[in-house]
Amino acid sequence: MLDPTSPLKDFGDHLASPPLPVELKGLVYDTGGKRVINDANATIRSRRITGIMGPNGAGKSILLRLMHGLILPTNGEILWAGRQMDRAIGHQQAMVFQRPVLLRRSVAANVAHALGLRGIKRDKRAICVDEALRLAGLERHAAMPARVLSGGEQQRLCLARALSLEPNVLFLDEPTSSLDPASTLAIERLLLDAQRRGIKVILVTHDIGQARRLADDVMFLHHGRVLEHQDAQNFFDHPRSPELRAFLSGGLVL
Amino acid sequence: MTDFIDAFRTALGLIVTLNPDLVEILLLSLKVSLVAVVIASLLGFAIGGALAVYRFPGRSAVSAGLSALMGLPPVVAGLVVYLLLSNVGPLGVLQLLYTPTAMIIAQVVLVTPIIGALTRQACEDLLEEYDEQLRSLGASPSAIVTTLLWDGRYRLITAVLAGFGRAIAEVGAVMIVGGNIDHVTRTMTTAIALETSKGNIALALALGIVLLTIALAVNASLLWVQRFANRLAYA
Repeated sequence: MLDPTSPLKDFGDHLASPPLPVELKGLVYDTGGKRVINDANATIRSRRITGIMGPNGAGKSILLRLMHGLILPTNGEILWAGRQMDRAIGHQQAMVFQRPVLLRRSVAANVAHALGLRGIKRDKRAICVDEALRLAGLERHAAMPARVLSGGEQQRLCLARALSLEPNVLFLDEPTSSLDPASTLAIERLLLDAQRRGIKVILVTHDIGQARRLADDVMFLHHGRVLEHQDAQNFFDHPRSPELRAFLSGGLVL
Repeated sequence: MTDFIDAFRTALGLIVTLNPDLVEILLLSLKVSLVAVVIASLLGFAIGGALAVYRFPGRSAVSAGLSALMGLPPVVAGLVVYLLLSNVGPLGVLQLLYTPTAMIIAQVVLVTPIIGALTRQACEDLLEEYDEQLRSLGASPSAIVTTLLWDGRYRLITAVLAGFGRAIAEVGAVMIVGGNIDHVTRTMTTAIALETSKGNIALALALGIVLLTIALAVNASLLWVQRFANRLAYA
Protein backbone atom coordinates (compact mmCIF):
# COMPACT_ATOMS: atom_id res chain seq x y z
CA MET A 1 0.00 0.00 0.00
CA LEU A 2 1.42 3.32 -1.02
CA ASP A 3 1.65 6.14 1.44
CA PRO A 4 -1.21 8.42 0.35
CA THR A 5 0.98 11.51 0.54
CA SER A 6 3.85 10.03 -1.42
CA PRO A 7 4.76 11.27 -4.87
CA LEU A 8 3.58 9.17 -7.72
CA LYS A 9 5.82 6.18 -7.85
CA ASP A 10 4.06 4.33 -10.55
CA PHE A 11 1.27 5.74 -12.61
CA GLY A 12 -0.17 2.30 -13.18
CA ASP A 13 -1.39 1.24 -9.81
CA HIS A 14 -2.96 3.39 -7.24
CA LEU A 15 -3.15 4.94 -4.41
CA ALA A 16 -5.22 6.26 -1.57
CA SER A 17 -8.89 5.88 -2.34
CA PRO A 18 -10.94 9.07 -2.46
CA PRO A 19 -12.70 10.11 0.77
CA LEU A 20 -16.26 9.24 -0.18
CA PRO A 21 -19.09 9.95 0.12
CA VAL A 22 -19.03 13.70 -0.49
CA GLU A 23 -21.92 15.28 1.31
CA LEU A 24 -23.24 18.76 0.55
CA LYS A 25 -25.36 19.87 3.49
CA GLY A 26 -27.47 23.00 3.25
CA LEU A 27 -24.77 24.68 1.25
CA VAL A 28 -25.16 28.44 0.75
CA TYR A 29 -22.81 30.85 -0.97
CA ASP A 30 -23.38 34.58 -1.34
CA THR A 31 -21.29 36.87 -3.45
CA GLY A 32 -21.84 40.45 -4.50
CA GLY A 33 -25.18 40.52 -2.67
CA LYS A 34 -26.41 37.55 -4.68
CA ARG A 35 -27.15 34.04 -3.45
CA VAL A 36 -25.38 31.84 -6.01
CA ILE A 37 -25.66 28.60 -4.10
CA ASN A 38 -28.98 28.36 -2.33
CA ASP A 39 -29.38 25.42 0.04
CA ALA A 40 -27.67 22.79 -2.09
CA ASN A 41 -27.92 19.24 -0.75
CA ALA A 42 -26.49 16.10 -2.30
CA THR A 43 -24.49 13.00 -1.53
CA ILE A 44 -22.02 11.70 -4.08
CA ARG A 45 -21.25 8.02 -3.54
CA SER A 46 -20.07 7.00 -6.98
CA ARG A 47 -16.35 6.25 -7.26
CA ARG A 48 -16.45 7.02 -10.92
CA ILE A 49 -17.09 10.21 -12.88
CA THR A 50 -19.72 12.57 -11.53
CA GLY A 51 -21.11 15.16 -13.93
CA ILE A 52 -22.48 18.52 -12.86
CA MET A 53 -24.80 20.16 -15.38
CA GLY A 54 -27.04 23.15 -15.46
CA PRO A 55 -27.76 26.38 -17.30
CA ASN A 56 -25.39 29.35 -17.16
CA GLY A 57 -25.33 31.01 -13.78
CA ALA A 58 -26.71 27.95 -12.02
CA GLY A 59 -23.66 28.00 -9.74
CA LYS A 60 -21.75 25.05 -11.20
CA SER A 61 -18.30 26.65 -11.14
CA ILE A 62 -18.92 28.05 -7.65
CA LEU A 63 -19.99 24.64 -6.39
CA LEU A 64 -16.79 23.13 -7.74
CA ARG A 65 -14.68 25.82 -6.05
CA LEU A 66 -16.52 25.27 -2.77
CA MET A 67 -15.88 21.54 -2.94
CA HIS A 68 -12.21 22.14 -3.71
CA GLY A 69 -11.91 24.63 -0.85
CA LEU A 70 -10.89 27.59 -3.01
CA ILE A 71 -13.78 29.53 -1.48
CA LEU A 72 -15.59 29.05 1.80
CA PRO A 73 -19.36 28.54 2.04
CA THR A 74 -21.46 31.29 3.58
CA ASN A 75 -23.46 28.60 5.28
CA GLY A 76 -23.73 24.84 5.39
CA GLU A 77 -20.94 22.34 5.02
CA ILE A 78 -19.18 19.89 2.77
CA LEU A 79 -18.08 16.60 4.26
CA TRP A 80 -15.56 14.23 2.74
CA ALA A 81 -16.13 10.79 4.25
CA GLY A 82 -17.63 12.61 7.21
CA ARG A 83 -14.71 15.03 7.59
CA GLN A 84 -14.70 18.76 7.08
CA MET A 85 -12.50 20.00 4.28
CA ASP A 86 -8.97 20.73 5.49
CA ARG A 87 -5.49 21.16 4.11
CA ALA A 88 -4.78 17.44 4.07
CA ILE A 89 -7.88 16.73 2.01
CA GLY A 90 -7.10 19.67 -0.27
CA HIS A 91 -3.63 18.29 -0.85
CA GLN A 92 -5.19 15.15 -2.28
CA GLN A 93 -7.23 17.10 -4.79
CA ALA A 94 -6.46 18.82 -8.05
CA MET A 95 -8.41 21.04 -10.38
CA VAL A 96 -8.40 21.89 -14.08
CA PHE A 97 -9.95 25.23 -14.95
CA GLN A 98 -12.05 26.23 -17.91
CA ARG A 99 -9.29 28.41 -19.33
CA PRO A 100 -5.89 26.74 -19.08
CA VAL A 101 -3.71 28.55 -16.55
CA LEU A 102 -0.11 27.93 -17.56
CA LEU A 103 2.98 29.42 -16.05
CA ARG A 104 5.38 31.40 -18.20
CA ARG A 105 7.78 28.50 -18.26
CA SER A 106 8.48 25.44 -20.34
CA VAL A 107 5.98 22.60 -20.63
CA ALA A 108 8.12 20.42 -18.36
CA ALA A 109 8.67 23.22 -15.84
CA ASN A 110 4.92 23.70 -15.51
CA VAL A 111 4.56 20.16 -14.22
CA ALA A 112 7.78 20.29 -12.19
CA HIS A 113 6.74 23.48 -10.41
CA ALA A 114 3.36 22.03 -9.44
CA LEU A 115 5.14 19.00 -7.97
CA GLY A 116 7.51 21.33 -6.14
CA LEU A 117 4.61 23.25 -4.62
CA ARG A 118 3.23 19.97 -3.32
CA GLY A 119 6.56 19.34 -1.62
CA ILE A 120 7.94 16.65 -3.90
CA LYS A 121 11.72 16.51 -3.79
CA ARG A 122 13.66 17.80 -6.75
CA ASP A 123 15.29 14.50 -7.67
CA LYS A 124 11.95 12.72 -7.87
CA ARG A 125 10.31 15.37 -10.00
CA ALA A 126 12.03 14.54 -13.29
CA ILE A 127 10.57 11.03 -13.46
CA CYS A 128 7.10 12.28 -12.57
CA VAL A 129 7.33 15.01 -15.21
CA ASP A 130 8.37 12.56 -17.92
CA GLU A 131 5.59 10.19 -16.98
CA ALA A 132 2.93 12.93 -16.91
CA LEU A 133 3.98 14.32 -20.29
CA ARG A 134 4.12 10.87 -21.84
CA LEU A 135 0.62 10.14 -20.60
CA ALA A 136 -0.67 13.35 -22.18
CA GLY A 137 1.32 12.83 -25.38
CA LEU A 138 3.30 16.01 -24.82
CA GLU A 139 6.77 14.57 -24.32
CA ARG A 140 8.03 16.03 -27.60
CA HIS A 141 7.07 19.50 -26.39
CA ALA A 142 8.76 19.23 -22.99
CA ALA A 143 11.21 22.07 -23.59
CA MET A 144 8.78 24.38 -25.40
CA PRO A 145 7.33 27.48 -23.75
CA ALA A 146 3.98 26.26 -22.44
CA ARG A 147 2.03 29.24 -23.66
CA VAL A 148 2.83 28.73 -27.33
CA LEU A 149 1.07 25.33 -27.33
CA SER A 150 -2.29 25.07 -29.08
CA GLY A 151 -5.45 25.41 -26.99
CA GLY A 152 -6.00 21.67 -26.90
CA GLU A 153 -2.40 20.96 -25.94
CA GLN A 154 -2.53 23.61 -23.22
CA GLN A 155 -5.58 22.01 -21.65
CA ARG A 156 -3.98 18.57 -21.95
CA LEU A 157 -0.93 19.95 -20.16
CA CYS A 158 -3.15 21.34 -17.39
CA LEU A 159 -4.73 17.92 -17.01
CA ALA A 160 -1.34 16.19 -17.09
CA ARG A 161 -0.09 18.59 -14.44
CA ALA A 162 -3.12 17.90 -12.25
CA LEU A 163 -2.72 14.13 -12.70
CA SER A 164 1.00 14.26 -11.91
CA LEU A 165 0.01 15.28 -8.38
CA GLU A 166 -1.68 11.91 -8.00
CA PRO A 167 -4.89 13.38 -6.62
CA ASN A 168 -7.62 11.14 -5.35
CA VAL A 169 -10.22 13.70 -6.39
CA LEU A 170 -9.96 15.65 -9.63
CA PHE A 171 -12.23 18.61 -10.40
CA LEU A 172 -12.72 19.92 -13.92
CA ASP A 173 -14.61 23.07 -14.83
CA GLU A 174 -15.82 22.74 -18.42
CA PRO A 175 -12.37 21.64 -19.56
CA THR A 176 -13.31 21.12 -23.19
CA SER A 177 -15.72 24.01 -23.75
CA SER A 178 -13.43 25.75 -26.23
CA LEU A 179 -11.73 22.71 -27.75
CA ASP A 180 -12.19 20.94 -31.07
CA PRO A 181 -13.49 17.35 -31.15
CA ALA A 182 -10.04 15.74 -31.41
CA SER A 183 -8.73 17.63 -28.40
CA THR A 184 -11.95 16.90 -26.50
CA LEU A 185 -11.55 13.21 -27.21
CA ALA A 186 -7.96 13.27 -25.94
CA ILE A 187 -9.10 14.90 -22.69
CA GLU A 188 -11.97 12.43 -22.27
CA ARG A 189 -9.62 9.49 -22.75
CA LEU A 190 -7.34 10.83 -20.06
CA LEU A 191 -10.32 11.25 -17.73
CA LEU A 192 -11.57 7.71 -18.27
CA ASP A 193 -8.03 6.49 -17.72
CA ALA A 194 -7.78 8.49 -14.50
CA GLN A 195 -11.09 7.08 -13.30
CA ARG A 196 -9.87 3.56 -14.01
CA ARG A 197 -6.88 4.22 -11.78
CA GLY A 198 -9.19 5.10 -8.92
CA ILE A 199 -9.30 8.87 -9.16
CA LYS A 200 -12.69 10.34 -8.32
CA VAL A 201 -13.52 12.78 -11.16
CA ILE A 202 -16.05 15.58 -10.69
CA LEU A 203 -16.73 17.32 -13.96
CA VAL A 204 -18.76 20.40 -14.74
CA THR A 205 -19.87 20.23 -18.33
CA HIS A 206 -22.24 21.97 -20.67
CA ASP A 207 -22.03 19.20 -23.17
CA ILE A 208 -24.83 16.64 -22.81
CA GLY A 209 -22.98 14.23 -25.09
CA GLN A 210 -19.89 14.44 -22.91
CA ALA A 211 -21.86 13.78 -19.74
CA ARG A 212 -23.50 10.75 -21.41
CA ARG A 213 -20.10 9.44 -22.53
CA LEU A 214 -18.32 9.91 -19.22
CA ALA A 215 -20.56 10.29 -16.23
CA ASP A 216 -21.67 7.58 -13.85
CA ASP A 217 -24.01 9.93 -12.02
CA VAL A 218 -25.14 13.43 -12.90
CA MET A 219 -26.23 16.38 -10.81
CA PHE A 220 -28.51 19.06 -12.22
CA LEU A 221 -27.97 22.48 -10.71
CA HIS A 222 -30.58 25.19 -11.12
CA HIS A 223 -30.57 28.60 -9.42
CA GLY A 224 -28.01 27.34 -6.93
CA ARG A 225 -30.00 24.24 -5.92
CA VAL A 226 -29.38 20.61 -6.70
CA LEU A 227 -32.63 19.91 -8.54
CA GLU A 228 -31.79 16.35 -9.50
CA HIS A 229 -29.03 13.90 -8.82
CA GLN A 230 -29.30 10.42 -10.27
CA ASP A 231 -27.31 7.78 -12.08
CA ALA A 232 -26.60 8.84 -15.63
CA GLN A 233 -29.13 6.57 -17.32
CA ASN A 234 -32.07 7.78 -15.26
CA PHE A 235 -30.84 11.33 -15.43
CA PHE A 236 -30.98 11.38 -19.20
CA ASP A 237 -33.84 8.95 -19.84
CA HIS A 238 -36.20 9.75 -16.99
CA PRO A 239 -35.70 13.33 -15.91
CA ARG A 240 -38.18 14.20 -13.18
CA SER A 241 -38.25 17.97 -13.12
CA PRO A 242 -39.63 20.08 -15.95
CA GLU A 243 -36.45 22.21 -15.78
CA LEU A 244 -34.22 19.24 -16.51
CA ARG A 245 -36.56 17.99 -19.22
CA ALA A 246 -36.37 21.41 -20.87
CA PHE A 247 -32.58 21.49 -20.43
CA LEU A 248 -32.10 18.06 -21.99
CA SER A 249 -34.44 18.73 -24.89
CA GLY A 250 -32.40 21.80 -25.74
CA GLY A 251 -35.06 24.22 -24.60
CA LEU A 252 -34.16 27.42 -22.84
CA VAL A 253 -34.11 26.95 -19.10
CA LEU A 254 -34.63 30.14 -17.14
CA MET B 1 29.70 77.86 -33.97
CA THR B 2 33.32 76.95 -34.76
CA ASP B 3 33.96 76.87 -31.00
CA PHE B 4 31.27 74.32 -30.68
CA ILE B 5 32.63 72.20 -33.52
CA ASP B 6 36.11 72.38 -31.96
CA ALA B 7 34.70 71.33 -28.61
CA PHE B 8 32.85 68.47 -30.26
CA ARG B 9 36.05 67.34 -31.99
CA THR B 10 38.01 67.50 -28.73
CA ALA B 11 35.22 65.59 -27.01
CA LEU B 12 35.38 62.75 -29.54
CA GLY B 13 39.15 62.77 -29.11
CA LEU B 14 38.77 62.31 -25.35
CA ILE B 15 36.49 59.35 -25.91
CA VAL B 16 38.55 57.69 -28.63
CA THR B 17 41.83 58.06 -26.70
CA LEU B 18 40.17 56.83 -23.50
CA ASN B 19 41.15 59.95 -21.59
CA PRO B 20 42.00 58.83 -18.03
CA ASP B 21 39.87 61.51 -16.33
CA LEU B 22 36.89 60.57 -18.46
CA VAL B 23 37.36 56.86 -17.85
CA GLU B 24 37.73 57.36 -14.10
CA ILE B 25 34.51 59.38 -13.96
CA LEU B 26 32.68 56.87 -16.15
CA LEU B 27 33.77 53.90 -14.04
CA LEU B 28 32.78 55.57 -10.79
CA SER B 29 29.36 56.46 -12.23
CA LEU B 30 28.81 52.91 -13.42
CA LYS B 31 29.97 51.45 -10.12
CA VAL B 32 27.70 53.67 -8.02
CA SER B 33 24.63 53.18 -10.18
CA LEU B 34 25.11 49.45 -10.74
CA VAL B 35 25.61 48.70 -7.06
CA ALA B 36 22.64 50.93 -6.20
CA VAL B 37 20.44 49.17 -8.75
CA VAL B 38 21.43 45.70 -7.53
CA ILE B 39 20.50 46.63 -3.96
CA ALA B 40 17.34 48.45 -5.07
CA SER B 41 16.33 45.42 -7.17
CA LEU B 42 16.58 43.03 -4.24
CA LEU B 43 14.58 45.43 -2.06
CA GLY B 44 12.12 46.27 -4.84
CA PHE B 45 11.41 42.64 -5.75
CA ALA B 46 10.77 41.72 -2.14
CA ILE B 47 8.59 44.77 -1.43
CA GLY B 48 6.69 44.60 -4.73
CA GLY B 49 6.10 40.85 -4.53
CA ALA B 50 4.93 41.03 -0.93
CA LEU B 51 2.59 43.96 -1.65
CA ALA B 52 0.99 42.01 -4.48
CA VAL B 53 0.33 38.86 -2.46
CA TYR B 54 -0.01 39.58 1.27
CA ARG B 55 -3.16 41.20 2.62
CA PHE B 56 -2.67 43.53 5.58
CA PRO B 57 -4.23 46.77 6.82
CA GLY B 58 -2.84 49.80 5.04
CA ARG B 59 -1.72 47.76 2.07
CA SER B 60 -3.29 50.00 -0.56
CA ALA B 61 -1.87 53.09 1.16
CA VAL B 62 1.62 51.57 1.05
CA SER B 63 1.15 50.66 -2.61
CA ALA B 64 -0.04 54.17 -3.45
CA GLY B 65 2.85 55.68 -1.50
CA LEU B 66 5.36 53.51 -3.33
CA SER B 67 3.93 54.50 -6.70
CA ALA B 68 4.01 58.17 -5.70
CA LEU B 69 7.67 57.84 -4.70
CA MET B 70 8.47 56.75 -8.26
CA GLY B 71 8.45 60.44 -9.06
CA LEU B 72 10.64 61.41 -6.09
CA PRO B 73 12.84 64.34 -7.20
CA PRO B 74 16.50 63.28 -6.98
CA VAL B 75 17.44 66.40 -5.04
CA VAL B 76 14.88 65.48 -2.38
CA ALA B 77 16.26 61.94 -2.14
CA GLY B 78 19.71 63.51 -1.84
CA LEU B 79 18.52 65.91 0.83
CA VAL B 80 16.94 63.14 2.91
CA VAL B 81 20.07 61.00 2.76
CA TYR B 82 22.21 64.07 3.47
CA LEU B 83 20.24 64.77 6.65
CA LEU B 84 20.58 61.14 7.73
CA LEU B 85 24.32 61.00 7.09
CA SER B 86 25.37 64.51 8.17
CA ASN B 87 27.34 64.84 11.37
CA VAL B 88 24.26 65.81 13.35
CA GLY B 89 22.11 63.16 11.66
CA PRO B 90 21.22 59.74 13.13
CA LEU B 91 23.79 57.98 10.94
CA GLY B 92 26.43 60.71 11.25
CA VAL B 93 28.83 58.49 13.21
CA LEU B 94 29.33 56.35 10.11
CA GLN B 95 31.11 59.30 8.43
CA LEU B 96 29.70 58.36 5.05
CA LEU B 97 28.88 61.79 3.68
CA TYR B 98 30.84 62.69 0.51
CA THR B 99 31.77 59.09 -0.20
CA PRO B 100 30.66 56.79 -3.04
CA THR B 101 28.77 54.79 -0.41
CA ALA B 102 26.63 57.83 0.35
CA MET B 103 25.87 58.20 -3.35
CA ILE B 104 24.89 54.54 -3.54
CA ILE B 105 22.54 54.97 -0.57
CA ALA B 106 20.93 58.03 -2.17
CA GLN B 107 20.40 56.22 -5.45
CA VAL B 108 18.95 53.19 -3.65
CA VAL B 109 16.42 55.55 -2.05
CA LEU B 110 15.65 56.97 -5.48
CA VAL B 111 15.41 53.71 -7.43
CA THR B 112 13.83 51.26 -4.96
CA PRO B 113 10.34 52.80 -5.32
CA ILE B 114 10.61 52.57 -9.11
CA ILE B 115 11.56 48.91 -9.13
CA GLY B 116 9.21 48.14 -6.23
CA ALA B 117 6.15 49.73 -7.79
CA LEU B 118 6.78 48.18 -11.22
CA THR B 119 7.32 44.78 -9.56
CA ARG B 120 4.08 45.08 -7.62
CA GLN B 121 2.16 45.91 -10.78
CA ALA B 122 3.72 43.01 -12.69
CA CYS B 123 2.98 40.56 -9.86
CA GLU B 124 -0.59 41.77 -9.40
CA ASP B 125 -1.31 41.33 -13.09
CA LEU B 126 0.03 37.79 -12.97
CA LEU B 127 -1.75 36.97 -9.73
CA GLU B 128 -5.10 37.80 -11.27
CA GLU B 129 -4.50 35.01 -13.73
CA TYR B 130 -2.70 32.54 -11.43
CA ASP B 131 -4.39 32.96 -8.04
CA GLU B 132 -6.87 30.08 -8.09
CA GLN B 133 -4.52 27.73 -9.90
CA LEU B 134 -1.70 28.34 -7.42
CA ARG B 135 -4.00 27.97 -4.43
CA SER B 136 -5.39 24.79 -5.98
CA LEU B 137 -1.81 23.51 -6.15
CA GLY B 138 -1.44 24.28 -2.45
CA ALA B 139 1.05 27.14 -2.76
CA SER B 140 1.87 29.08 0.40
CA PRO B 141 1.90 32.90 0.17
CA SER B 142 5.70 32.96 0.05
CA ALA B 143 5.71 30.31 -2.70
CA ILE B 144 3.19 32.44 -4.59
CA VAL B 145 5.52 35.45 -4.32
CA THR B 146 8.51 33.56 -5.71
CA THR B 147 6.37 32.02 -8.46
CA LEU B 148 5.12 35.46 -9.52
CA LEU B 149 8.61 36.99 -9.41
CA TRP B 150 9.99 34.27 -11.65
CA ASP B 151 7.07 34.34 -14.06
CA GLY B 152 7.27 38.12 -14.20
CA ARG B 153 11.01 38.00 -14.87
CA TYR B 154 10.88 39.82 -18.19
CA ARG B 155 8.86 42.64 -16.72
CA LEU B 156 11.24 42.75 -13.77
CA ILE B 157 14.18 43.06 -16.14
CA THR B 158 12.53 46.07 -17.73
CA ALA B 159 11.91 47.50 -14.25
CA VAL B 160 15.59 47.09 -13.40
CA LEU B 161 16.63 48.74 -16.66
CA ALA B 162 14.26 51.62 -15.99
CA GLY B 163 15.79 51.98 -12.52
CA PHE B 164 19.30 51.94 -13.94
CA GLY B 165 18.38 54.54 -16.55
CA ARG B 166 17.07 56.76 -13.78
CA ALA B 167 20.13 56.25 -11.54
CA ILE B 168 22.84 56.79 -14.14
CA ALA B 169 21.21 59.99 -15.43
CA GLU B 170 20.28 61.73 -12.18
CA VAL B 171 22.42 64.53 -10.85
CA GLY B 172 20.66 65.95 -7.79
CA ALA B 173 21.10 63.09 -5.33
CA VAL B 174 24.75 62.27 -6.03
CA MET B 175 25.64 65.97 -6.10
CA ILE B 176 24.22 66.63 -2.63
CA VAL B 177 25.56 63.58 -0.81
CA GLY B 178 28.69 63.06 -2.92
CA GLY B 179 29.81 66.65 -3.24
CA ASN B 180 31.38 66.17 -6.71
CA ILE B 181 34.90 65.80 -5.28
CA ASP B 182 37.52 65.22 -7.96
CA HIS B 183 38.80 61.60 -8.05
CA VAL B 184 36.46 60.65 -5.20
CA THR B 185 32.81 61.33 -5.91
CA ARG B 186 32.79 62.90 -9.36
CA THR B 187 30.28 61.17 -11.60
CA MET B 188 29.34 61.83 -15.20
CA THR B 189 26.35 63.97 -14.36
CA THR B 190 28.02 66.05 -11.65
CA ALA B 191 31.08 66.49 -13.86
CA ILE B 192 28.93 67.68 -16.76
CA ALA B 193 27.26 70.22 -14.48
CA LEU B 194 30.61 71.48 -13.17
CA GLU B 195 32.59 71.48 -16.42
CA THR B 196 29.81 73.27 -18.24
CA SER B 197 29.71 76.03 -15.67
CA LYS B 198 33.51 76.25 -15.80
CA GLY B 199 33.38 76.64 -19.57
CA ASN B 200 35.20 73.33 -20.19
CA ILE B 201 32.68 72.30 -22.81
CA ALA B 202 34.83 69.54 -24.35
CA LEU B 203 34.90 67.25 -21.32
CA ALA B 204 31.24 67.99 -20.55
CA LEU B 205 30.31 67.16 -24.11
CA ALA B 206 32.38 63.96 -24.12
CA LEU B 207 30.68 62.81 -20.92
CA GLY B 208 27.31 63.83 -22.39
CA ILE B 209 27.91 61.66 -25.44
CA VAL B 210 28.88 58.69 -23.28
CA LEU B 211 25.82 59.20 -21.08
CA LEU B 212 23.54 59.47 -24.07
CA THR B 213 25.02 56.27 -25.50
CA ILE B 214 24.32 54.46 -22.23
CA ALA B 215 20.75 55.77 -22.15
CA LEU B 216 20.18 54.62 -25.74
CA ALA B 217 21.66 51.21 -24.96
CA VAL B 218 19.36 50.84 -21.96
CA ASN B 219 16.32 51.69 -24.05
CA ALA B 220 17.39 49.38 -26.84
CA SER B 221 17.73 46.52 -24.35
CA LEU B 222 14.27 47.34 -22.99
CA LEU B 223 12.78 46.90 -26.45
CA TRP B 224 14.79 43.77 -27.06
CA VAL B 225 13.69 42.16 -23.76
CA GLN B 226 10.04 42.92 -24.52
CA ARG B 227 10.29 41.49 -28.00
CA PHE B 228 12.00 38.36 -26.72
CA ALA B 229 9.35 37.84 -24.06
CA ASN B 230 6.55 38.32 -26.58
CA ARG B 231 8.03 35.70 -28.83
CA LEU B 232 7.91 33.12 -26.05
CA ALA B 233 4.40 34.27 -25.08
CA TYR B 234 5.89 35.07 -21.67
CA ALA B 235 5.07 38.78 -21.73
